[in-house]
Amino acid sequence: MAQAIQSDVKWWAGGRSPFNMSYGKAMMWYFLMSDAFTFGAFLISYGTIRFSSNFWPDPNYVFNAFPFMGHANLPLAFVSLMTFILIISSVTMVLAVHAGHKMDKKGVEKYLLLTILGGAAFLGCQAWEWTHMLTGEYITLLNDGSLGLITTTTTGNPYGPTATPEAIAAALQLSSHEQLVSMVNLIAHETHQNLDVAAMSHADLINTVKNTAGLHVNHVGPSLFGGLFFGITGFHGFHVFSGLVINIIMFIKTRLGHFEQRGHYEMIEKAGLYWHFVDLVWVFVFLCFYLI
Amino acid sequence: MSHEVALNMHDVAHEGGHHHHEESFVSKYIFSMDHKMISKQFIITGIVWAIIGGLFSVLFRLQLGFPDTSFPWLEDILGKWAEGGKIKQEFYYALVTMHGTVLVFFVLTAGLSGTFSNLLIPLQVGARDMASPLMNMLSYWFFFAASIVMISSLFVQTGPFSGGWTAYPPLSAVHEMSPGSKHGADLWMVSLALFVVSQLLAGVNYVVTVLNLRTKGMSMARMPLTIWALFFTAVLGLLSFPVLLSGFILLIFDRNIGTSFYLSDIFVQATQEILPNEGGSAILYQHLFWFLGHPEVYIILLPAMGMSSEIISTNARKPIFGYMAMIMSMFAIVVLAFLVWAHHMFVSGLNPFLGSFFVLLTLLIAVPSAIKVFNWLTTIWRGNIRFTPAMLFALGFVSLFISGGLTGIFLGNSALDIHLHDTYFVIAHFHIVMGVASFFGMFAGIYHWFPKMFGRFMNPTLGYIHFWGTIVCAYLIFWPMHYEGLAGMPRRYYDYSQWASFKQFGSLNQFITIVSIVSFFLQFLFVFNFFHSMFKGRKLTNPNPWNSNTLEWTTPIDCGHGNWPGEIPEVHRWAYDYGKDGVDFIPQNVPVGENESEAH
Repeated sequence: MAQAIQSDVKWWAGGRSPFNMSYGKAMMWYFLMSDAFTFGAFLISYGTIRFSSNFWPDPNYVFNAFPFMGHANLPLAFVSLMTFILIISSVTMVLAVHAGHKMDKKGVEKYLLLTILGGAAFLGCQAWEWTHMLTGEYITLLNDGSLGLITTTTTGNPYGPTATPEAIAAALQLSSHEQLVSMVNLIAHETHQNLDVAAMSHADLINTVKNTAGLHVNHVGPSLFGGLFFGITGFHGFHVFSGLVINIIMFIKTRLGHFEQRGHYEMIEKAGLYWHFVDLVWVFVFLCFYLI
Repeated sequence: MSHEVALNMHDVAHEGGHHHHEESFVSKYIFSMDHKMISKQFIITGIVWAIIGGLFSVLFRLQLGFPDTSFPWLEDILGKWAEGGKIKQEFYYALVTMHGTVLVFFVLTAGLSGTFSNLLIPLQVGARDMASPLMNMLSYWFFFAASIVMISSLFVQTGPFSGGWTAYPPLSAVHEMSPGSKHGADLWMVSLALFVVSQLLAGVNYVVTVLNLRTKGMSMARMPLTIWALFFTAVLGLLSFPVLLSGFILLIFDRNIGTSFYLSDIFVQATQEILPNEGGSAILYQHLFWFLGHPEVYIILLPAMGMSSEIISTNARKPIFGYMAMIMSMFAIVVLAFLVWAHHMFVSGLNPFLGSFFVLLTLLIAVPSAIKVFNWLTTIWRGNIRFTPAMLFALGFVSLFISGGLTGIFLGNSALDIHLHDTYFVIAHFHIVMGVASFFGMFAGIYHWFPKMFGRFMNPTLGYIHFWGTIVCAYLIFWPMHYEGLAGMPRRYYDYSQWASFKQFGSLNQFITIVSIVSFFLQFLFVFNFFHSMFKGRKLTNPNPWNSNTLEWTTPIDCGHGNWPGEIPEVHRWAYDYGKDGVDFIPQNVPVGENESEAH
């Protein structure tokens, strides 16, 4: 390999770069080290809050949806797909860097394009997941004692401890008419029934909810779940987005032949370092939010 | 044969008699990528901030010293913040907060390490410029943007941020807590986020320049101690500022999008309501903050240590005593700096058992600190000392570091700290050891390297008056505060005359206020000296006015972008060959003579 380090050279004596690494690449490494501390602080904050909470939502229950699969219970299937896409995009990035070493312009273009597609697909998946969580309504036992519909936000979520049938029955009596209407509408929609909700009496509404088979109701979950989830996956998504922009710029520069003129594809290597880092961080985010 | 990567891109451009194209005013003085110009931008912005930050302290000292007196002229300049000539309570807290923020971040971080890392790293390691001049320029402009946002926060209707420079939640996280928790707090956080970006851009650059762009022969063990100190400073900043950034991001979320990272269902006096949040931990913020906050102390102090080492050795005409010990003790300080943050939190409900580890690690810092102090003292021992203003300030730094450091041993003990926490003892301790001491390091650096920056000398007579006046004032201001603190006088109170037990300090507080005003105006001697000497100072005739060994003095007086007109000199020795073999000084670029002794 052309960049092998000779053992008899005094790499630290000045006049040359230690490890034969250009300052640009070294800079990227130091930046990544510093960025690792940013994510480290976030994840440690996450751990501190999570392990001081009495209850934490079960990821198998929270992340069980899949696009176009309706209400099929597919725990962690979608996030596994996202993770797979991101890891594959790391593989294509390696291939792009490798092609760069061989001064293979066509190869760099091809694999960078695949990496960009992978990154964009990941961001698309994340957008779907966020939308699903922010808009997906669940019947929940609210803190004021009534039953109502809520979604996952930074102030609350429907993933608290499971409510007992007695608690649900008591809560139904406290629920307002509008709350009951919205719940019955949701049940009608989910079970594909044609109910004339507007014509139903208050007692009918209560009975409809009560008699719905397999109705699963939770208390409101710890509000920090939403804040941490959106905050940290959002910050990671922002990194993926900036990596995507960097990769697009690299693609255009490769296309225009800038690196061929320069005689080396080191910029692709630097972009690759950043991309791999973003992937690596995802592994930790994945571990923290989805697996444990 | 393996190919070696091109070391220094600027090298290529400068070889073969490359001529400079004419630079416009904007590219030379404003958006300059020359590290020397950027360092001047940092120092001048730093001086402006120091005047503003110092003025804040004069204003709140007036309140502390003369709580019953009204000063009608205060209303003329502050308007509604000093109705009837008395500073309002909210504004008092805003002044204290801004004083701390400005001095810690904008003056002693950006103004100190920003100035001297920029000026000295490329010149002393023998590089044409920083590794990335563009990022270097951006680092200044991010700092400038942060400054503009911070200044604008002074003029918002509800006043600047008033939650203390540490910005603990809930005061900083809830808009309704106080007037200063409204838009002033938002601007404060935006400003500091920009500041962190500036620090990261700068830090990456400094580290890489030191490691990768050293000239031939400049091995790590031959680097001047200034470079070691600035290198360690950059490493500290690179690893601690990101954690503060994370903390601020969570804080901004809590303020603006209703998350509960630091908030729980607490009762707010101002609105008579309970917050809707649940489950958050205000202590978490303290951990994140002090993970930066403590290394920040050394980010401020290390450059002053490095420059003082250099200046003391040069002006004592003796090699620095214990060069390797100096490096190792700085390294020990860097490592320990990351392991002691919770000593700021002994009274936060921290587990006392856990606290005892932080006590141990904190007290361990005394070891490298003492090594450094003894090395400075042994360096001047029997030296031919030249008492230049720079040398006096460097010695003043050592004096302040000792007297401020000793009280650190008190405060590092949790058993004592529980009594002394949040009293004037703490104020006295950190103002002496990291505030005034770092200022002295900065003054020493400015007096010493001013000829390098501007090709002219500063006036030494004004320098002597400045030094003696400032050191006397510094001790007169902060020494009595130890007694007040030991007697239990707490910090952050608006009016001490309301407590019978603190009334006894009324005349002492007046005395401190008067001295602090004198010392504030004394600094204008320095400001005048600085700007006057820039244009009218005695011109430099010898490019090496202090007969110094380091590489920055081998460049011509007006060296332009690229530093050396020809080849970058090769280095053959360490930076401290003073008085070796009876020769007064041997610069680093002089080859080792045949009969020269091996020993340093």
